[in-house]
Amino acid sequence: MSDSVRIISIIEDSYDTKTFEFQWEEKVSPGQFIMVWVPGMEEIPMSLSKTNRIKSITVKKIGKDTQKLHDLNLGSPIRIRGPYGKGFDLKKSRNMLIIGGGVGTAAIIPAVKETGADTIIGARTDKDVIMDEVAGKYTKNLWIATDDGSRGFHGNAVQLMRKKAEEKEYDMILACGPEIMQYHLYNACVELGIDCQLSLERHMKCGAGVCGCCVMDDMRVCKDGPVFTKEQISKMKDFGTSKRDECGRSVKL
Amino acid sequence: MLVTSVGKLRLERPGMVASGIMDETGPSMVRMLRSGAGAVVTKSIGSEPNPGHPNPTFTELKGGYINAMGLPNPGIELFGKEMEVASKSGNIVGSIYGSSPEEFSMLAGKMEEYGAVGVELNLSCPHASGYGMELGTDPAVIRSIVSAVKSAVSIPVWTKLTPNTHMIKDLAIAVYEAGGDAVVAINTVKAMVISPQFGKPILSNKFGGLSGPAIRSIGVRAVFDIRTAVDIPIIGVGGISDWKDAAQYIMAGACAFQIGSAVGTKGIDVFETVHSELERFMKDYGYGSIKDMVGVAHE
Ligand SMILES: Cc1cc2nc3c(=O)[nH]c(=O)nc-3n(C[C@H](O)[C@H](O)[C@H](O)COP(=O)(O)OP(=O)(O)OC[C@H]3O[C@@H](n4cnc5c(N)ncnc54)[C@H](O)[C@@H]3O)c2cc1C
Ligand SMILES: Cc1cc2nc3c(=O)[nH]c(=O)nc-3n(C[C@H](O)[C@H](O)[C@H](O)COP(=O)(O)O)c2cc1C
Ligand code: FES
Repeated sequence: MSDSVRIISIIEDSYDTKTFEFQWEEKVSPGQFIMVWVPGMEEIPMSLSKTNRIKSITVKKIGKDTQKLHDLNLGSPIRIRGPYGKGFDLKKSRNMLIIGGGVGTAAIIPAVKETGADTIIGARTDKDVIMDEVAGKYTKNLWIATDDGSRGFHGNAVQLMRKKAEEKEYDMILACGPEIMQYHLYNACVELGIDCQLSLERHMKCGAGVCGCCVMDDMRVCKDGPVFTKEQISKMKDFGTSKRDECGRSVKL
Repeated sequence: MLVTSVGKLRLERPGMVASGIMDETGPSMVRMLRSGAGAVVTKSIGSEPNPGHPNPTFTELKGGYINAMGLPNPGIELFGKEMEVASKSGNIVGSIYGSSPEEFSMLAGKMEEYGAVGVELNLSCPHASGYGMELGTDPAVIRSIVSAVKSAVSIPVWTKLTPNTHMIKDLAIAVYEAGGDAVVAINTVKAMVISPQFGKPILSNKFGGLSGPAIRSIGVRAVFDIRTAVDIPIIGVGGISDWKDAAQYIMAGACAFQIGSAVGTKGIDVFETVHSELERFMKDYGYGSIKDMVGVAHE
């Protein structure tokens, strides 16, 4: 459940994102996450971007704790616990399209690897695109979308998905990324009648489904999710609109 | 068959959700009621919004969990909105924490106004400085808080006790003398974990509270002891995850019980399972009601 592991390799994915690899024997399924800690930082949730015997987390530097992880060196110990949550159900579809937005791409890579399904990676600009090389190894059809058009499709991942869905018949979309992206993605799926599974985020403390701080409506993101079905999401009033802060207050997104 | 009474409060089922577990928001409390809990005790609520301690606040360990959440909660004013959603769906007991008899009374009054069927005074949290166990290990302090709250509200007043004392009987006597309606035992056991690799405590608060199977026998003993000291309804909590655990608490003297950590380890349907298996056991062993089983270990 909880373990201290050492970093065995560090990959620079982009100017603000790094992947840290470590050996960990736990069995993990695509879409699950762990809680990560070293002294001097707050413990934070991270998706697993590799799920074999060698596992990894892919960290985008956005604040003090992710900065602390970026400061780690080869051989540094980290404390991890998990794996937690319900990942993607890869058996439900015959022809799926997988979408990663921003650092959310990290969470979908294991699913791309396991299925070889068509994949879209969305990012703000060319320099924000991560893990396209790894994804390209596992899927024949990898498409990139950038908001500023500096690489691939000019537009966001949802616009590109609509285009691809016209060309080919998908029965399922798997995604992880910013909630605003997933909100539009969900609406597109409803409109186009395509099933989906989306990986969501909320503030986490226990990670183990006990404290209840990460709920969206009555669902615990850490235990009932982080991957939710279209049906579950259709009942969530919080989706795309509000979240709970550390005190448990409801705040608008 | 599973019907029980905690003083005047009648519960269709004896198992409730313990404070701090999936009970900080209206919708999550509704879900817990629907999952088969006889009542939900809310997260402990204070006067002001509180973010709690920084992470790490929780970890698994052999035999249970340790946590030092630090009583995160949205504060009593905002909690009204959550209660509005939850109290329509079933029995909600409002857990509250404060630092004085006046503060506890104010909070209890609000909970009553919000539709709580009772209040539970958290005089036992082991990881919030100035609150909880720091007040609740002194019988005189317990007496003054319980009697103040009793005169402030008309709903039942339960007091949750800490096991981190050599005199839990005296604490229960203080509750009884102050006119308290029930005691709840036990809150978590003060504890700590150190990371050998880092040579440092893991929890940001250093100390936390141990829960889960590791503390069950401590809780059962506490309930047994309290039962010998006072004639007041007892609610057993600590390490319950199956019908055998629940039966032990009842036989030690509890008329109802609460489940916390097992919601994580067994899942939300733990209430359904424990209740139906307890009922089967009662049929097999000739107990016609919960009442018939309460305190039998003393006879
Ligand atoms: C299930 C899950 C999987 C995640 N996977 C990844 C991943 O693979 N790669 C990655 O780079 N990021 C991931 N994140 C987000 C990551 O946890 C945050 O970026 C990180 O906590 C930020 O911490 P900070 O101190 O650097 O930034 P801060 O400035 O402290 O926080 C920035 C924002 O990060 C979020 N955050 C902070 N603390 C928490 C917490 N305890 N729980 C959830 N969110 C928090 C909040 O939205 C906050 O506003 C994931 C989050 C969740 C819930
Ligand atoms: C994450 C967590 C949060 C808790 N929060 C509270 C709380 O706010 N108030 C309280 O009185 N007890 C709190 N408790 C203690 C539980 O209500 C219960 O007394 C204790 O966990 C023992 O029961 P268990 O072994 O079934 O978990 C908390 C326990 C846990 C694990
Ligand atoms: S973080 Fe999800 S229930 Fe505690």
